[in-house]
Amino acid sequence: MNAEAIIRSIEAEYIKSDLPVIHIGDTVRVGVRIKEGGKERVQPYEGTVIARRHGGINETITVRKVFQGVGVERVFLLHSPRVDSIKVLRRGKVRRAKLFYLRDRIGNKATRIKQRFDRSL
Amino acid sequence: MSVGILGTKLGMTQIFDRETGVAIPVTVVQAGPCTVTQIKTKQTDGYEALQLGYESVKPKALSKPELGHLEKAGASPLRHLKEYRLSDVSAYELGQEIKADIFSAGQLVDVSGLTIGRGFAGYQKRHNFRRGLMSHGSKSHRLPGSTGPGTTPGRIFPGKKMAGRYGGTQVTIRKLEVVRIDTEQNVLLIRGSVPGKPGTLLNIRPANIVGQAA
Repeated sequence: MNAEAIIRSIEAEYIKSDLPVIHIGDTVRVGVRIKEGGKERVQPYEGTVIARRHGGINETITVRKVFQGVGVERVFLLHSPRVDSIKVLRRGKVRRAKLFYLRDRIGNKATRIKQRFDRSL
Repeated sequence: MSVGILGTKLGMTQIFDRETGVAIPVTVVQAGPCTVTQIKTKQTDGYEALQLGYESVKPKALSKPELGHLEKAGASPLRHLKEYRLSDVSAYELGQEIKADIFSAGQLVDVSGLTIGRGFAGYQKRHNFRRGLMSHGSKSHRLPGSTGPGTTPGRIFPGKKMAGRYGGTQVTIRKLEVVRIDTEQNVLLIRGSVPGKPGTLLNIRPANIVGQAA
């Protein structure tokens, strides 16, 4: 086996096979595992996917939401055990691979992304 | 003093801790299998050591004396030979295979290898000098600045940091943790980075901890 194949085989054990198909502009709910005082629970985080980065085991998505008038962005390492679940709630219609322009928008209407219906949830 | 192993850097990736979910950056290293090509003892050589060979090659890649030396141990043609000094070599015999299983998960190791060669590198890359202004009429973009006083002493002191060859030197990274071992494929996962690019020859041995008898 060559170097590439050996590294892939090591990563394969950690790569999740049950991830949904996530597109840029989708609204997702990410279940984040959190440890609090010895107890573990899953905390949901909901927002719009504005970027995808890297590939394979390093793949991440950036999820943005506006919370109490403050923009919040979290980067999730998709294959991390800390990301418990990802559910696509709504498919968005966008024309960019990175939706960083949403950061400059103010107001509920301006940050809205049109829904598209040709992709299944 | 204990026996180490020769290996090849394959590349880097990250794995996850199953319990905490923390991502661990790891270097994947092909470690061995190495063949014992010579056993040096107090009687014959004045000290005790083990010589290991690694990476089998075609016979035409080696000289006749090298082939003859390896034939004595009954080993196939090997490119790299490396000696490890031991306090007792009686447990080893000629032609014996040393594999990655001499290490265990959680063990600390020292890893030596050649760093990436950067050729003739300037002040910024080689010594982390600050650069000059790139604009506003400045012409000292990546120049060194002053190299010392004037008429007295009238010379530049030895050891002054200047541009020159950078990289391509042997470096040891100490006390790296072995995260996982694949004994079937002789693959080690070592936490953190090691010298060189993928494909570089590495010398991996149990960590030398100061003040602790090995």
